[in-house]
Amino acid sequence: MRAMPARITRDDVAHVATLARLALDEDELERFTGQLAKVLQHAADVEALELDDVPPTSHPYPLANVLRPDLPGPTLERAEVLAAAPSTEDRQFKVPTILGESP
Amino acid sequence: MSGGPGPASAIAAAVRSGARSAREVVDEHLRVIDQREPEIHAFNLVLAEKARARADEIDRRVAAGDDPGPLAGVPIALKDNLATRGIATTCSSRILEGWQPPYDATVVERLAEAGAIVVGKTNLDEFAMGSSTENSAFGPTRNPHDTSRVPGGSSGGSAAAVAAGFAPLALGSDTGGSIRQPAALCGVVGVKPTYGLVSRYGLVAFASSLDQIGPFAATVADAALLLEVIAGHDPRDATSIPRPVEQLAARLGDGVEGLRVGVVSDLLTEGISRDVVARTRAAADALSAAGAKVEEVSVPAVTLGLSAYYLIAPAEASSNLARFDGVRYGLRVDAPTTNEMMVATRTAGFGDEVKRRIMLGTYALSAGYYDAFYGKAQRVRTLILRDFAAAYERFDVLLSPTSPTTAFALGDKTADPLTMYLNDVCTIPSNLAGHPAMSVPFGAGDDGLPVGVQVMAPALGEVAMLRTGAVLEAALAGQGGAR
Repeated sequence: MRAMPARITRDDVAHVATLARLALDEDELERFTGQLAKVLQHAADVEALELDDVPPTSHPYPLANVLRPDLPGPTLERAEVLAAAPSTEDRQFKVPTILGESP
Repeated sequence: MSGGPGPASAIAAAVRSGARSAREVVDEHLRVIDQREPEIHAFNLVLAEKARARADEIDRRVAAGDDPGPLAGVPIALKDNLATRGIATTCSSRILEGWQPPYDATVVERLAEAGAIVVGKTNLDEFAMGSSTENSAFGPTRNPHDTSRVPGGSSGGSAAAVAAGFAPLALGSDTGGSIRQPAALCGVVGVKPTYGLVSRYGLVAFASSLDQIGPFAATVADAALLLEVIAGHDPRDATSIPRPVEQLAARLGDGVEGLRVGVVSDLLTEGISRDVVARTRAAADALSAAGAKVEEVSVPAVTLGLSAYYLIAPAEASSNLARFDGVRYGLRVDAPTTNEMMVATRTAGFGDEVKRRIMLGTYALSAGYYDAFYGKAQRVRTLILRDFAAAYERFDVLLSPTSPTTAFALGDKTADPLTMYLNDVCTIPSNLAGHPAMSVPFGAGDDGLPVGVQVMAPALGEVAMLRTGAVLEAALAGQGGAR
């Protein structure tokens, strides 16, 4: 049995929220940390298993290299797709400033 | 329950022969919806005018000597995470409120080709994450058998729609039990097909290696009929199985004589309520009486399923839900920079459960934890496949409870996510293995509410599974439907 990763902390939750583009207030941070810790604690049965000799399964029904013929065919109507966007210009999606942002 | 005007197969036969008009069928169902929908809230959207227009079109085709197809004139409710061209598809999330997809899901196209009539889009736990339909941004759905109780979830609206007689058929999606558990709690039939049997094109993705679309119906025969219509290879879904669909509905009457049935002992113990275990054992006895060879069997790795699932599904969800960024569709909350806009949009658009799962998944996939969590969970998936394979050397189908309890009260499990997750303990293993499984009503619990039993089968074992379900249905009817 290996050492368990340390229990998830408030800082961890704040970090993954940033990665996931979510803003949490103090109360949410507190609440989510407790709830996620409880779920991860339940997962300790899986974490504790020694499974190096067991291959991982990423997909239940193995199908490899599913390709279609490289031929032109109908696609979605551009106007209809753009109509669903919050903001467009010159037949393109429009977003606020990107350049000059710090990550 | 099922206060509706008759099974789908009878409706289709009558409409095809001209004995009943599709319009009359649709109007009858819309009347039932008018009466009970205000207290149930099964739908995010009822498509009354569209359904009437479509019924009139089908009636004109019948009058002209055309056959509109095997589901001619049959009303159907669609879970609101299935894309419908030009019709709002919300996933019960603020982030997609008002979005009208520019295309139909493959299953929606197939229903149209079969002559079915969509009467509405049903409520769900936001992005199909939940087991009670309480995580909807538009308010909960209530159980038609007792409106103080939940209908289960995440396809709670679809299950409730069939149970209340709003439509004889509905479609849902099942990632960890989201068709079977609400079917059990609402007393209807729910089927999760083999992974890849039904195209996922146009199903808004939650956990792509687990998601499967499947039918709800009041009877096993209707569920088989609907599954035949929606199954089959689709080049637009690379995970769709490239082989012809078997006949299902025609083979339901074959019975279970000589069929080997394993009762999964590991799913009769911890956390399963006494009355649900009793009903499961009664189902085993009924199969035995019908000529099946029934024995208990241990499938030990299924007990690891819940932990593995709640690492794998959030990991896949965190990746899939990254697409909701306020750029191409749905909600945008304005902010000075693109990054701030994305944060503001996602923070306002997603509910708490979706946020929890995105963060859990991001954590399980992050550097330093990947091997301990996500990697381990994928290896557990192999263990579950191995243990199932060993069981299926000795048995044709496996039997267990569907849900640990009957329908619980609204608000009972919302405070503690882990308590809610435990509802999925019996249903998750089949998703991790990609195997088919169904829930069949089998009487009531001590509280008088419906109990479902789960029939599982190996990949592409739908025929044996549905036959078993049909025998249970007939046995229950023979017992007068009671306890």
